[in-house]
Amino acid sequence: MLEEPHDIALTVNGVHRTARAPARRLLSDLLRHDLGLTGTHVGCEHGVCGCCTVLLDGDPVRSCLLFAVTAAGHEVTTVEGLAAPDGTPSPVQRAFRECHGLQCGFCTPGFLCTVTALLRETPRPTEDQVLEGISGNLCRCTGYQNIVKSVRRAAELAAADGAATDEGTA
Amino acid sequence: MKPPPFRYHAPRTLEEALDVLAADPSAKVLAGGQSLVPLLNMRLAAPSALVDINRVAGLDVLRVRDDGVRVGALARHARVERSAEAGAVQPLLRLALRHVAHPVIRNRGTVVGSLAHADPAAELPAVLALVGGTVEVASAAGRRTVRADAFFRGPLEPALEPGDLAVSAFFPALPPRTGAAFAETSRRHGDYALAGAAATVALDRDLRVTSARAAYLGVAATPLVLDLTGAAGPAGDWAAASAHVLERVEPEADIHASADYRRHLTGVLTARVLRAAAAGALRDLRKAEGC
Repeated sequence: MLEEPHDIALTVNGVHRTARAPARRLLSDLLRHDLGLTGTHVGCEHGVCGCCTVLLDGDPVRSCLLFAVTAAGHEVTTVEGLAAPDGTPSPVQRAFRECHGLQCGFCTPGFLCTVTALLRETPRPTEDQVLEGISGNLCRCTGYQNIVKSVRRAAELAAADGAATDEGTA
Repeated sequence: MKPPPFRYHAPRTLEEALDVLAADPSAKVLAGGQSLVPLLNMRLAAPSALVDINRVAGLDVLRVRDDGVRVGALARHARVERSAEAGAVQPLLRLALRHVAHPVIRNRGTVVGSLAHADPAAELPAVLALVGGTVEVASAAGRRTVRADAFFRGPLEPALEPGDLAVSAFFPALPPRTGAAFAETSRRHGDYALAGAAATVALDRDLRVTSARAAYLGVAATPLVLDLTGAAGPAGDWAAASAHVLERVEPEADIHASADYRRHLTGVLTARVLRAAAAGALRDLRKAEGC
């Protein structure tokens, strides 16, 4: 079958991006191959491992289970878009570094995106909410203990950042 | 792996979507894609075309009324799960949705898509079957309403013909003095269940059981609904109801569990959901009586 290319325009990490790709191009592959954003990792490619998780209009989704053509016109945030514009790591990124929430780092982009959305929705999660929140992401290095610690620490850091910002604007 | 090539249609209106589906009998509908895209990525499916309904106006409805919850084809699991209104009218939606894969999958997957996928191990088909819900099906030829017991024909085999689009599903409200419960057993949280059960139990004002029904997933080719009112009796003998169920189920063995283990789970889950549903009915009665 001759594959008809589609013009795909979407916002990635706040920047308008365009690409020309066949309809079967997965969003994960569009990000990595067409846009050069290799921070999004691809593990299982059928939605089980969670490595490729990105934010679609703010909600975490599997980019390997989404066609780029479907994401056209939407806003995508990848791990490259989590830090502040000046490069300062986000509270979630700082917490993972501080608590050794990663070893090889392959699963980390997916965890960072998942946890960023989790804490935005539930700033002070219970232990159960943390476990449920990250239940769809697999890590083969850490045994998850340090990842759970990282999520709790990220909640503290985000709260402290929020408090500092509130003071600054008061 | 990567999906095989397909022609891609992104209709903006229902009419346009139905025309495209009518013109190509082997086209597949793409909504949330959380079951279809893995099948494509693993090359277990190779449809000639995909009709991406994500931009079709009017399909993202979630309408909650006293008589039930109408869920449109683009209503994501997460949205239905988080709707307190929907949960109040038909609690089984929320109770079952918590068990559907993981939160991130539920952000994208749709309730109607799960029904149309008709996986016998999935939660929502069992819920629709238990509460006597319906699926609204549209095609270029017209519309029809299909009852749950006619919709699930076999494993992965819904009553959808080429050209059909499941546009919404209706989950009737839980009747008064009735409680509901859902439970399942899986190897890992979020995995497909080895077995699962949903139940409703209704009580009269003298606390006699007037209805006890359960639906099962993972133990038959389609959602299995059993009326356990007689087996449980007016006093609610849940052990007797469980024993009755054990004689009725013929689960299959696979790599994950033996048939005997699945049957055992079915009995355990039956007692668990009936007890929990009865407790819910009792709470509902007490609330209605204001004590």
